[in-house]
Amino acid sequence: MKFFLIRVVPPTVILLVGLLAWEIFVRVNKTPIYILPGPLAIFEALVTDWKTLYPSLLVTLAITAAALAAATVLGVAIAVLFAQSKWVEMSFFPYAVILQVTPVVAIAPLIIIWVKDTAAALLICAWIVAFFPIVSNTTLGLNSTDHNLLNLLQLYGANRHQVFWYLRLPSALPFFLGGLRISGGLALIGAVVAEFVAGSGGIQSGLAYRILEAGYQLKIPRMFAALFMITGTGILIFILLTLISHLALRRWHESAVKREG
Amino acid sequence: MTPLVALGGVDKVYSNGVQALKGLDLSIQEGEFLSLLGPSGCGKSTVLRLIAGLGDKSAGSIEWSSLQHEIGFVFQDPTLMPWATVFDNIYLPLRVRGIKKSEAKPRIERAMEQVGLAGFGNAYPRELSGGMRMRVSIARALVAEPKILLMDEPFAALDEITRFKLNDDLLALWSSQRWTVVFVTHSVFESVYLSTRVVVMSARPGRISSEVRVETAKHAGFRASAAYAEQCRTVSARLGEAMQA
Repeated sequence: MKFFLIRVVPPTVILLVGLLAWEIFVRVNKTPIYILPGPLAIFEALVTDWKTLYPSLLVTLAITAAALAAATVLGVAIAVLFAQSKWVEMSFFPYAVILQVTPVVAIAPLIIIWVKDTAAALLICAWIVAFFPIVSNTTLGLNSTDHNLLNLLQLYGANRHQVFWYLRLPSALPFFLGGLRISGGLALIGAVVAEFVAGSGGIQSGLAYRILEAGYQLKIPRMFAALFMITGTGILIFILLTLISHLALRRWHESAVKREG
Repeated sequence: MTPLVALGGVDKVYSNGVQALKGLDLSIQEGEFLSLLGPSGCGKSTVLRLIAGLGDKSAGSIEWSSLQHEIGFVFQDPTLMPWATVFDNIYLPLRVRGIKKSEAKPRIERAMEQVGLAGFGNAYPRELSGGMRMRVSIARALVAEPKILLMDEPFAALDEITRFKLNDDLLALWSSQRWTVVFVTHSVFESVYLSTRVVVMSARPGRISSEVRVETAKHAGFRASAAYAEQCRTVSARLGEAMQA
């Protein structure tokens, strides 16, 4: 109940006040709907265009989910590989960084040309954006194991496998979950950016394409409706991943345990 | 009597050039409670780590009387896995040996009982006080039934009341089980209270300065007895000499 009062009520009040001010602003200034539609007009567009927007949402969502899943599996696998030897890490880490700092908008056109299947091309773009936080965080986590615990396992004669499964992997869990939360949002951004690039080349896919299309047709309320759907999706992904992280860490990690006063 | 483990002329030079130990000779008899006492930086922890096989000596020999020697190690901080319950933390050494959880259960429960942790199996380390965490750490060292228990200032970070209680419990355990204990401390009072022999070390480079036998029987009122005060005075004087040297 207290959680509800603190975490839910204030932002909701701000949202309602903001929407109200927006609506009043638009009405008082008589702003044309093709420049800035009011929240009511956007809501109306959301309802009337639901039949076209909803399937597009599902497309974007599918790409995002697939990209996040691929980023998790490959990201953890790469981090585990890095953790096996300093040499492997030193040799390949710079290339992970290069992939991360290259703007996805710049390479998306190439990928779309090279990969015939649109869904696969978009998936690759979203994956490139999403995988880095998982790799870098999980690598850090695997290398952050308590040295005394490592000594202890050495004393007990544990082999590499045991050290990895009993110690290094669980130590890395909070770091991995932190990376996952960042990657969740990035996977969506990557998917939307790639859809934009594909969309401007005439390939139909996902919510970003609906935004482009509505822009060409000057259906600004529909543009906003699609935009809100993307934002809402992003928020839901964040909440979902935060919940997963909380459930995994609630008994033992400082970040998830309530501080006693 | 052949000692359980004998260190002969052991040197240890760290890679940064610091000479931690020089020509250290030490024999540890089976069943004794030996304290290594000395100022910080005298290499007492290094001795313990070398006995445990964590890290290599630069020169000298470390000889065990038997090939099979189970070692229990307790660090200054409890060094528990925060993601695992008390039960699973204590299970760790047995798990490494491939013993199934169901098989290990009675041994884990016995170890928990020995250190006064019965009923805490499902708690997580962060839910426990510092003293209780240290008990988990000791139970984990005991569960593998070690021949020798190495303790590196295990109670240094605890408050005095908790420390006294743990001292008493450790002593009671040692008198019933009679394993060999090597206990590193910088407290004169703790070393005299617990051990049968106190080895005083001096620093830079770390070496043995003198040793004192504590022959007094450890009875309930020992901490308040004149004999205890007398022994503490002797050991204090030796420690003073070691610091001068």
